[in-house]
Amino acid sequence: MPRVESADRYRPFLEKCPALSLIGGTRLFRVELPGIPETRSEILAKAEWTNPGGSIKDRPVSRMILEAILSGKLVPGRTILDSSSGNAGIAYAMMGAMMGYAVKLVVPGNASAERKKRILAHGAELVQTDPLEGYDAALREAHRLSDSEPQRYFMPDQYANEHNWRSHYEGTAAEILEQTGGKLTHFVAGIGTGGTLTGVGRRLKEHDPAIRIVCVVPESFPGIEGLKPLERPEDIVPKILDSSVIDERIRVSVEQASDGCHALARNGIFVGQSSGAYLSVAEVIARRDRGARIVTVFSDLGERYFSTRLWEP
Amino acid sequence: MSVTVKIPTPLRPLTRGRDSVQVAGATARQVLESLEKECAGIRARVCDERGEMRRFVNLFLNDEDIRHLQGLDTLVKDGDILSIVPAIAGGAEAGSANSLRGKQG
Repeated sequence: MPRVESADRYRPFLEKCPALSLIGGTRLFRVELPGIPETRSEILAKAEWTNPGGSIKDRPVSRMILEAILSGKLVPGRTILDSSSGNAGIAYAMMGAMMGYAVKLVVPGNASAERKKRILAHGAELVQTDPLEGYDAALREAHRLSDSEPQRYFMPDQYANEHNWRSHYEGTAAEILEQTGGKLTHFVAGIGTGGTLTGVGRRLKEHDPAIRIVCVVPESFPGIEGLKPLERPEDIVPKILDSSVIDERIRVSVEQASDGCHALARNGIFVGQSSGAYLSVAEVIARRDRGARIVTVFSDLGERYFSTRLWEP
Repeated sequence: MSVTVKIPTPLRPLTRGRDSVQVAGATARQVLESLEKECAGIRARVCDERGEMRRFVNLFLNDEDIRHLQGLDTLVKDGDILSIVPAIAGGAEAGSANSLRGKQG
């Protein structure tokens, strides 16, 4: 759970629903791959797939829901509503089931079958939008539903909710500092909602402004699950993203992300597409800045991509 | 043969904003070649350097995945709809996430 600072606030919830304690507190491990030791750099990854919803999204989603209950924004009888390309949707569905709230999720029709099945397994309702219209259409539809019946829904809006980045500031980043003894040179992650980079980036910069925050930039098409390119000048950033923490942006193609996943799988680590993208960027830094100590997050597990072509040879 | 190609949002900058483009061709491959003439740069987003479909791109002929047909050699007929769909739902174009920002206050 968002342990550290918020632990006391959430104690009543943990007593009612002990499974919440499974969220957060993930292990950090050194990624052993051929070629890395020669660079004298280390790549360390947090095993975010070990969250009970199977992804890093459990952290922000649990905090947004619990804070909404504490503040009275989410009351019994209301339905939790949001849009997601999948992992956040699973976290919402799981949290709704744990806490006793109905959940409605708007997802693009091409969200992976594994995600849609898991969302339905928790009893949530799925609304699917046209895959050609991308994630945009899912977002618009969620806002349309929310606006049409504001009394019926609670919409956390992960793009604008400060508890999204705070979950990483108090949880993910605090854990990284504890697990590395505060000794790291780079943090690598991408932008979905901006929560991870903002929350972790702020905390790490407060600890040591010399830590470089590296933003992974995917190509816009066909795209990487959960990541946004934010490359064009006309792109406006998500409301919660604090881009001032970003020191450097490195581009990665879906093929590079996929190569990263396959390399990890052959070394016994089975993770999803964004993890492969982060690894490929971490390797670039490891070779370029020899002796670096790079921390990243492996956001979800490879199993979640069997229905896509990620694992085809 | 005149085929309607449906364009996903991230590729619309290449089609001057159009969500569909009418082009000619007898196979899916020829349709993509015609599309490239009309919208330069689009084929490289759909196909790799060998001219085959990229792993994370799907092409649907009407409602059928062309990988389950004859791939890029699948025959098309007049009035067919060929949709270019990313295999995995990725992130949004950021601008759109934020066009909704005003509503959040």
